[in-house]
Order: sequence, then C-alpha cells, then structure tokens
Amino acid sequence: MATGVIIAVIALGGLGFLASIGLSLASRFFGVKVDPRVTKVREVLPGANCGACGFAGCDAFAKAVVEGKADVAGCVVGGPSVAEKIGEILGKKAEAKERMVARVRCQGTVDKSPYRFDYYGVESCKSSLVISEGRKACTYGCEGFGDCVAACMFDAIHMGEGGVPVVDEDKCTACGKCVAACPKNIIILEPVSSRVTVRCSSHDIGKVVRRLCTIGCIACGLCAKRCPSQAITLVDNLPVWDYEKCINCGICAYVCPTKAIKDDRKEIPKAFISDACTGCGECVKVCPVKNCITGEQGKPHKINEETCIGCGLCVDVCPVKAIELKKPVSVEA
Amino acid sequence: MVGYILLIISAVLVNNFVLARFLGICPFLGVSKKVETALGMGMAVIFVMTMASVITWVIQYYVLVPFHIEYLQTVSFILVIATLVQFVEMVIQKTSPALYQALGIYLPLITTNCAVLGVALLNMQYMYSFMEAAVFGFGSSVGFTFAIVLFAGMRERIELARIPRSLRGVPIALITAGILSLAFMGFRGLVK
Repeated sequence: MATGVIIAVIALGGLGFLASIGLSLASRFFGVKVDPRVTKVREVLPGANCGACGFAGCDAFAKAVVEGKADVAGCVVGGPSVAEKIGEILGKKAEAKERMVARVRCQGTVDKSPYRFDYYGVESCKSSLVISEGRKACTYGCEGFGDCVAACMFDAIHMGEGGVPVVDEDKCTACGKCVAACPKNIIILEPVSSRVTVRCSSHDIGKVVRRLCTIGCIACGLCAKRCPSQAITLVDNLPVWDYEKCINCGICAYVCPTKAIKDDRKEIPKAFISDACTGCGECVKVCPVKNCITGEQGKPHKINEETCIGCGLCVDVCPVKAIELKKPVSVEA
Repeated sequence: MVGYILLIISAVLVNNFVLARFLGICPFLGVSKKVETALGMGMAVIFVMTMASVITWVIQYYVLVPFHIEYLQTVSFILVIATLVQFVEMVIQKTSPALYQALGIYLPLITTNCAVLGVALLNMQYMYSFMEAAVFGFGSSVGFTFAIVLFAGMRERIELARIPRSLRGVPIALITAGILSLAFMGFRGLVK
C-alpha cells in the first residue's frame, strides 16, 4: 500500500518536474519581456479596446504611454480618474479635459420625417443607403437601423421609439465608435456641459426641410440673431456652435420655430425679483419671452415662473441687482 | 497506410469531435465569430492535440502501465495538456500578439477543452499503437478545426441576415450548430 503511494508520488512528481524544465527552457526562447509599468498601466485602463485614443487597443496605448508617445490623459473612455492613476504610475501629471459625449443630430422620428419605402435586406444603415440614398425622407436624417447601436461597446446608445437612437450620456465615454459607424455623419461629439445645441444635420434650404421633416432646421437664423453671447453662426444652412462662448441660456431653443434646437439642461434655473426692484423696466426690454416679466413702470415687477427659461439676461441688466437666478428647480424631462 | 488514411477520414468527417461526439463545444461556440480567430484557435488545438496524443501514449505505456498506476491516467494527462497549452501560449504571444489578443481567455482554456483530454483517453480505450494514436490525434484536431472554421464562416454570414429578435446571437448559433451536426450525420457509414 505504502509503496503504491510512493510510486504514485514519484511518478507524478517526476512528470511535473520534467514539464517544468521543458517550460522554463521554452520561456528562454519564447518569453516576451514586458515593462512592468506597461502591465500596471494596462490594469487601470478600461480594457474595452475601443481605439478612441488612436492606438490599436488598450495594450498598444499602455505601451505608448510608458514610452512617452501618448498623452497620459489620452484615454477618453477612462477620463480624468484613469489619467490620474496612469499619472501616478509614471510620475507624470495629467491635464484635466472637458468630458465629451456623443449627440445624435437628428430628431426626425418616423412621425416627423417618414420613410419613403419599405426596405427588405441587410439590417444596416450602410446597406440601406445604397438604395436610392436610403429610406428616410430627409437625405440627412437617421436611417434607424442602428449601426451606431451595434458599434457602441458601452451600452450607451439605444434605438429609441420612432427609429432615432438615444444616447445615455452617463454611460457615454466619447470613444467615437458611433460617430465613425454612422454613414450619414449624424452623430458628433460635444462637450457635456453644452446642454442647448442643434439636433439636426440637414444642410438643405428651409423650403426643402419644411417639406421633409417637421422638426428639422430651416436655417432661419433666429438662433444666431438672438444669441446674447454671439456663440452661434449660420454655416451652410446649419447653426454652428462656439462651445466656449455658449452660456447655455436656452434662448436659441426658445426662439427656434421648429424646435430643431433642443434644450437639454438638467435643471432650468428661474429668475426671481426681490423687493429692491425700482420698476425701471430694463429687464422687460431684454427678456426674450413674451409677457414673462410684467409690472407697471415705477412699481416692483414680477416674473412668471412658468414661462421663464432661465436665460439670466435680466440679472445682468438690472441696475439695482434685484434679480437673481435660483438653481434647484428641477424639471421633469 | 490505407488504415491511417481511413483513420484520418473517420476522425475528421465521420466521428468529428465537435459534431458527432459533442466534445469541445466551449471554444466551438466561443471563438467562432470570425474565421480568422477560429483558424488560429484550430491551429493551436491541432498542435496541442497531436502532441498530447503522442506524449500521453508514451506516459501510458512507459510510466503508468509498468508501475501499475493506471488510476493516475487523468491527472497525468491533464498535466501534460496544461504544459503543452502553456507552451503554445508562449509561442503565440511571441509570434503573433494580435492572435494572442483575439483568442483571449480561450487560449488557456484549451487546457480544459474536453476534446483534448478526450482524444488522449480514447487513444488508450481503443488500444491504438503509437503511430495510430498520433494519426488519430492529428485527424481529430483537424476535424475540430474543420468544424470550427466552417461554423465561423456561417456565423459571419448570419451576422448580416434578418433574424427574429429573440433568436439573435447565441440562440441562432446553437440552432446552426445543430443543423451542421445533422448534416455531418450524412457521413455515417462512409468508413466501416
């Protein structure tokens, strides 16, 4: 009995020993030496291999960062927290960057811009576009097969009702996969702090847009005209934003006749007038909303909380500083 | 010689490991999304299975049988397979980092690929000679590669097809695998 145990131990132990010798010899010839910092950097990376950094996957990026070929904050997906961790490993400082998100620049659901024909074939926007420039009435509008949804690796974009995708901005990492996947170039990356932007990609003239879609930009230019900070310019029949100048006042969305500009502010502040009001009427002159601020000349004015869009123009012009914006008035989107 | 050829045909087509014996289903479903990675996986399995057949045969008849410790068969075979997989992993990481990445977790998982252990145990069960064992191991692994590449090609096409929502992804893959297996039943009776 005892000998049986000993034989078994010796036989298996011997086999294991031989195997380990073989492997250690093999590692001499085939072993790949890796900089330990590369492994460490790789561990803090998200590991989605999305390629948004411009390198072929997380491994390649980790290698490039360690070699100094890539920026410490180069991983857009990981954001500042990952950049900080990489900075710690390499002893470098990461510069803060504004977080971007993907935005779908089309609101033309089927009820607003219908399909021109029934499409039967490969379920992909790229292939449906081959037939007569796609099934959508508007040539710039969303085809609705969800090439972007399939491209997203973070479950951040989903096909909404009516065939236009919706981005979950909390999950979006601005990797840019959907931007590249959209054959109509409808999706763009915008700073997450810019809440009021145009959601239409049509470069058609107003007359054509009116015929094809009820929520498209007709290039009237009202937004550019009324923008208090001159952040909007009209280029090729579409408003173009200067995100640095934009103060998210929401006036453009308010004046937009087709609602192609979407006011996506999470909480809309409201203006309130205190007792210090002298009734000069300056605020009434600048208020973009009709009948929002009311009151007789010389007497304290009142602001209609319902219609106030929280642009804050009145706050700036009030000579006695009697108006203030109060933030935490949450709106149900 | 004719015997060896028949053995290969039988292992590749008639008694295909995946489609007739239902061994090695895990990598068959896991790494069959692209033909390229499926082929890489197949090559790795061919190497591991052939080498495992040869080495386990030597261990069986020169270590286990003389010392009457046949009950250690499974453990020692697993040891051999694990070593081989480690070796293959090293080689692939050195020679083709891209393939190494694409195979991912499925590469070390060849260790637990039941087709590999299966071929080693079947060699002993059928009392094959050394050459027969080597040829059977090689043929079986070629059969595995053949099946997984075929399947990967089908899945690539299916990706583009209009499939009912509830069947998308793994369900349609399983149905396809079933039909493929049925098709392979047509080879029954080709040899013996």
